[in-house]
Amino acid sequence: MAGDLPTTEFDDIPEELLYELEALAHERTEGHVNMVQLLDEEGRFLNRSHFAERASALSVDELRALYRDMAMIRRFDAEATALQRQGQLSLWVPVRGQEAAQIGSGRATLPQDYIFPTYREHGVALTRGVELGELLRQFRGVSNGGWDPRQNNFHLYTLVLAAQVPHAVGYAMGLQRDASRAAAAGRAAPDPAAVVAYFGDGASSEGDIHESMVFAASFKAPVVFFCQNNQWAISVPTQVQSRIPLHNRAKGYGFPGLRVDGNDVLAVHAVTEWALERARSGKGPVLIEAYTYRQGAHTTADDPTKYRLTAEEESWLAKDPITRFEKFLRAEGHADEAFFAEVAAEGEALAAKSRRDVLAFEAPSLAAEMQNVYAERHPLVDEELAWHLEYQAGFADADTDSVEGGH
Amino acid sequence: MSKQIFNLPDVGEGLTEADIVAWKVKPGDTVAINDVLCEIETAKSLVELPSPFEGTVLELLAPEHETIEVGSPIIAIGSTSHVAGTGLAAAPGPSASGPAVPAPGASALKEANDGGAAPGVAAASPSSSPAAASPAPRLPAASEALNAPVPQMHEPGIETGPLVGSGPKADAVKRRPRKQQVATPGAPSPATSRQQPATPRAVGSSAAAGSPTPAASAQASQENEASTAVARLLTRVLAKPPVRRIAKELGINLVDVPATGPRGEVTRADLESYQVQREREIAAAPTFWEPAKKPVDQRIEVVPVRGVRKATAKAMVDSAFTAPHVSIFVDVDASRTMEFVQRLKKSRDFENIKVSPLLILAKAVIWAAARNPSVNSEWVSTPNGDEIHIKHFMNLGIAAATPRGLLVPNIKNAQDLSLKELAVALNDLATTARAGKTKAGDMQGGTLTVTNIGALGIDIGTPIINPGEVAIVAFGTIKQKPWVVSGEVIPRWITTLGGSFDHRVVDGDLSARFMADVAAIMEEPALLLD
Repeated sequence: MAGDLPTTEFDDIPEELLYELEALAHERTEGHVNMVQLLDEEGRFLNRSHFAERASALSVDELRALYRDMAMIRRFDAEATALQRQGQLSLWVPVRGQEAAQIGSGRATLPQDYIFPTYREHGVALTRGVELGELLRQFRGVSNGGWDPRQNNFHLYTLVLAAQVPHAVGYAMGLQRDASRAAAAGRAAPDPAAVVAYFGDGASSEGDIHESMVFAASFKAPVVFFCQNNQWAISVPTQVQSRIPLHNRAKGYGFPGLRVDGNDVLAVHAVTEWALERARSGKGPVLIEAYTYRQGAHTTADDPTKYRLTAEEESWLAKDPITRFEKFLRAEGHADEAFFAEVAAEGEALAAKSRRDVLAFEAPSLAAEMQNVYAERHPLVDEELAWHLEYQAGFADADTDSVEGGH
Repeated sequence: MSKQIFNLPDVGEGLTEADIVAWKVKPGDTVAINDVLCEIETAKSLVELPSPFEGTVLELLAPEHETIEVGSPIIAIGSTSHVAGTGLAAAPGPSASGPAVPAPGASALKEANDGGAAPGVAAASPSSSPAAASPAPRLPAASEALNAPVPQMHEPGIETGPLVGSGPKADAVKRRPRKQQVATPGAPSPATSRQQPATPRAVGSSAAAGSPTPAASAQASQENEASTAVARLLTRVLAKPPVRRIAKELGINLVDVPATGPRGEVTRADLESYQVQREREIAAAPTFWEPAKKPVDQRIEVVPVRGVRKATAKAMVDSAFTAPHVSIFVDVDASRTMEFVQRLKKSRDFENIKVSPLLILAKAVIWAAARNPSVNSEWVSTPNGDEIHIKHFMNLGIAAATPRGLLVPNIKNAQDLSLKELAVALNDLATTARAGKTKAGDMQGGTLTVTNIGALGIDIGTPIINPGEVAIVAFGTIKQKPWVVSGEVIPRWITTLGGSFDHRVVDGDLSARFMADVAAIMEEPALLLD
């Protein structure tokens, strides 16, 4: 056995330990894993972890708001998918199934916190007050971003997998430095803030995540790594991404990691709230693995029936986050028929408004695009813009000409 | 009532075409926004298209089961609301009033091809078409109304409105002509002369659009159409309007006529000589083999190979040429199986469950495979040499003829199912397959396949192994035949079983044992109680 391993390093290790190491390395631990859950699939409240207290502290209005957010984003998502099918968006990334993970975590953030989303965090955008129609600009191809990230502390969507996570850690380290500089200058420190870095199970395999976690751990940066494990990295199942449950990786970096039922909005909210408070108070990062499921396609260009079974999809439908929460609200008497009807109507209005917004988007102008090259005006850019405008004007002439010259 | 055209969008990233699998609406239907119009199959997936408009379906512009290019009009929907007047009606612009894109050979669009008016275009009140065709300035306010016609996708080269969802087409195939410096006003400008060849095409397309308006008033619009139509015209037959009219009257598809004109257009003489030849052929042809005025080169119907057909072809070639097949056959007296099936049908336990001899065969195959495990295996080539993977589970494939072609969905872990569960699984599988709803995942991971060719009255055939498996059992028809029992000829229910095996894995001896085991169950189902 020892012959398979580098000799010098392991010479002093007893054989038994080597056997044990080998056994551990080949053990798949994806069996029963502890997962924070406050609502079971039937919407019954489980009062068995200390996170339950946080959930109990929520007022009825707050509970209703969580439902409203989830229902809204699902309706919006359906409309955006339809718009893509109608040729009005070149692509859409459906969020269906992950509403609880997004709304629960988003609602746990404070205004001074800063969010780094992937390209699927439509629900988080809603909780941050981003005008939802603006999300569609990028997918229609009329903008490179769509909203001002400084307004809601909600960063622009990042399409490159995991590329936003080092940014998030850097931002968190920046917050630490701002605070210490303020302290050194004797100024009042800004409100303690934290950063949430969203990524998926697929992105967890990227090197950026490793680097980010190393830095975050070393500097105890106020960042919460929020991994939505939706089971599928396009067509690659999580079991291929990781031999062990993803949250276990945090141990290797030296900060807490835990799995939460990502289809349980109360659990996600409680866990994220705890992790953020911890980060703001200077105790460093946490990795949250929200265990959820992408009910739809990876994007509108994907067909999940090609790589997963109907039975699997159906088993996850039974865990649907919105149905579950609706059962809870009804059973507890927190909401009645009128409330659900009102939310549904609101959803329809939101969908109609989003459709109007999309159809009214105007194509970007070259001048507007070139304004974003440098923060301030630059003579070279001005010169190139002038040249391009002249070049464009040449086409306009040709068009007029051909209209007159036909026949 | 304004007419709105929905052009086929790119529902994936960079798709150029799709097949319409089924229309879910028909002319006259009222649709709301996001109601499903049709189901399309692209290279990537099967998706439903929701309606971008509300109103009444005027016309389906693309037939089912044909490949449609992204950007081609597929449906016309009339808006019932009275909005914003002419500016709105004009918004769809050139693409709405343009001729229906000719899909050569498409019967629904044949008329348009022949130079006549496409039925739907004609239906949309001729008087409105000049207005619709004119490049009226787009009113920004127009899009305020929810059901306002949305900007359409355009042909390459026309840059009005966002180029969304049109995939690779969005990149201009052809550069827009750039104006030469305005230094040559006197001489015939190059731009003008470049336009010349396009002129007859423009006239043609406007004629096709069914708006024989005076050239003077429609000049601008036709010019606009001319450039819109450029890409389209690359695949379009050229002919002057009078020629098109004659062709239409004679019922000739211009595509069929050999063109001899100087620019490759069909001339009047071409048409006349074609007509003479055709009359001769029609007169000479017998009725059965020479139907329907088809010219010689259409006696062979060309069916493009794609989708399931393509997948089946590839799988069969892969299997037939990598796995050396050995096939064996056995005649079986299935009378007891027939009795057993009758008893099951009457049993209360099997109420409302369809029971057929195929159920017994499936059970027999599972039973026999357990006794001969090597038939339930896979030949795997790895870099370290070849391996045989024997499966300790049975995903039993059932070959099924479906509307989409031959599919082999399988019943997962069939070894764990009771007879009743297996019956239910077989029924579900057949229902799903017949409805064309079989998912790709249901077809993966099969370990052994049964094909029921007897359903069509066939005695037996040589099946080809499903790739990834090493055995397949074919089930012939069951009918009464004379059979010798104890020296006497009596009528019995007889069937023939055929099996093909991958000889790399399954030798003659093993295949014979396996088939004998299957046959034994068919002859005496009570052995299943073992």
